Amino acid sequence: MTEKNVVTAVRDALHDEMANDERIVLLGEDVGARGGVFRISDGWMAEFGEERVIDTPLAESGIVGIAIGMALHGLLPVAEIQFADFIHPAFDQVVSEAARLRYRSNGDFGVPMVIRTPYGGGIHGALYHSQSIEAFYAHIPGIKVVVPATPGDAAGLLRSAIQDPDPVLFLEHKKTYRSIKGEVADGAYLTPIGVAEVKQEGDDLTCISYGYSLHLCLDAAHRLAEDEGASVEVVDVRTLAPLDVDTIVSSVRKTGKAMVVYEDNRTYGAGAEIASTIAEQALFDLDAPILRIGGPDIPAMPFAAPLEHYFMEPEPDHIYARMRELARA
Amino acid sequence: MSDTDTAEGTEVADLEARLSIYRMMQEGRLFEERARDLFLQGLVKGTSHLGIGQEAIAAGFAAALEPDDLVFCTYRGHVHTLLRGAPMAALMAELLGRATGICGGKGGSMHLTDVSHGAMGSYAIVGAHMPIAAGAAWAAKARGTDQVAVCFFGDGTTNIGTFHEALNLAAVWALPVVFVCENNLYMEYTAIGDVTAVEHPAADRASAYGLEPILIDGNDADVVHTTAVRTVARARSGDGPSLVEAVTYRHGGHSRADPGKYRPDEEVAEWLRRDPIPSYRERLLAAGADEGTLDAIDRDALAAVDRATEEAREAPFPDPDTLETELWADGGSAWRN
Repeated sequence: MTEKNVVTAVRDALHDEMANDERIVLLGEDVGARGGVFRISDGWMAEFGEERVIDTPLAESGIVGIAIGMALHGLLPVAEIQFADFIHPAFDQVVSEAARLRYRSNGDFGVPMVIRTPYGGGIHGALYHSQSIEAFYAHIPGIKVVVPATPGDAAGLLRSAIQDPDPVLFLEHKKTYRSIKGEVADGAYLTPIGVAEVKQEGDDLTCISYGYSLHLCLDAAHRLAEDEGASVEVVDVRTLAPLDVDTIVSSVRKTGKAMVVYEDNRTYGAGAEIASTIAEQALFDLDAPILRIGGPDIPAMPFAAPLEHYFMEPEPDHIYARMRELARA
Repeated sequence: MSDTDTAEGTEVADLEARLSIYRMMQEGRLFEERARDLFLQGLVKGTSHLGIGQEAIAAGFAAALEPDDLVFCTYRGHVHTLLRGAPMAALMAELLGRATGICGGKGGSMHLTDVSHGAMGSYAIVGAHMPIAAGAAWAAKARGTDQVAVCFFGDGTTNIGTFHEALNLAAVWALPVVFVCENNLYMEYTAIGDVTAVEHPAADRASAYGLEPILIDGNDADVVHTTAVRTVARARSGDGPSLVEAVTYRHGGHSRADPGKYRPDEEVAEWLRRDPIPSYRERLLAAGADEGTLDAIDRDALAAVDRATEEAREAPFPDPDTLETELWADGGSAWRN
């Protein structure tokens, strides 16, 4: 075991996969000579060569399209979108092509590619470097959407994503990059895509989350245990699509209460899908209405520090207060 | 067309190769005429985009490719797919939405794929396949397979972003890809000249990517073939991509629902006169081809289309159980456990 932060875990896993499989290529804006804006691929162009660590122009549709073509023809591309906010020009390539090619060809070919991109707020990135984009893509059958929250999951899930025969959108929350540290097992272990994990066991209520929000939930749960002795089960979905319904529902059946917490705009967000799934499958096990906490419905995260903070924490101890309310219900 | 290349002065292929090009054009023509008939009989649902009149481009390139080269085309891609060697009956069955279709009935007219024959898909989103073709070319180059990607697209594609992104990337990386603009003068229902800042929508943009402007008569199969041989060889030898603008005309409208009335009668008449197939037949006869040989090609092509039609019409429709298959590599579609 080695303690790492998330960005180091991502870097190490990606590096080891590239060293082990020559079919893997990395492409994106500034990933080569510069080594990426988060320095994940620093020095790799020299190590792996310009054929495998590829600087692209600022052309997201082209980046994803090129990666699809590579994947159709024997390579395992890992395309980096520098910030998730920049992925929208590539929406058509992801949705119309990457997610659809296997189905429309009736299995004649597939697209074994990964799109890695940093998302989420909390680093003063303002309106175009802070967005959560997961809901757009989790709606689309044909592409998997992975949202690790911890260094260990980031490493294991990234390896699984690279080895997956189908396209994977791998979302790395920027705020976790350096602020979240954890023990990472040595060796090339795989964390399965589509499997949630109970990050903390409990009996009184189930709190479901992912990404940076998961850590806010864990923190609130710890404080609530100390303050009131409440026992909160915290479920990290880890993958939004395919969604691990079994883990979520069995936890809710056990505790009888459910809350879903996510940073993305609340309306039509991933939490809506999770909440409705719980309602469909476990309504009569519930002792209180499902609580859904999402980001405000404004078009993007604003710049000024108080505004950004308010987006992520709308009121003091927001998650804690509402978790306590639900626990007492 | 005074500013396009013509067959005069260009070295054409030998007679055997030209007979093969003739056969391919004729098969493509008859296949699409049959598809049109089946539409009119209500046996093909939805819509369809025919390339009747444009066959010289598909055939001229097809004759210049190796069996494992990679072809990407558009929703007007029946002939390109057929000429890669995809089985005609399975293509016809796909148009009819049958279980034996090349994509099991999931694709239909606009979305044909036959990877085993290097038919890497016909794409219905204009321009989306251009970077994909470039990516496949990168993979071929990186893997040292010696393959070339050929990407066909229409004149309307030249005004969308992916056209420019793909050409720039292909040029920067000297990829083994040939981009072929089938300029049939109309972007769906609108004259391409009305919405494009330059006269030749592809060729006039070539210099922006450091490429030679190549503007040819897309209805002259010899010119197309000569251009294909040259540009494919350039790609295969590692000298990078080419952008070819082949000027042509579709005899019909944009799609089944379109009678094409926005086109002046005299313009249509002029292009019908320049139908690539009869003129090529005349040229082959003049070059010493035996009329009986050409007649036999015509008969065989028609017989092949008849057989394919019969086979397709007898094929069953897909079982609804296949609706939720082949989403993932395991063949299934589990979207949640």
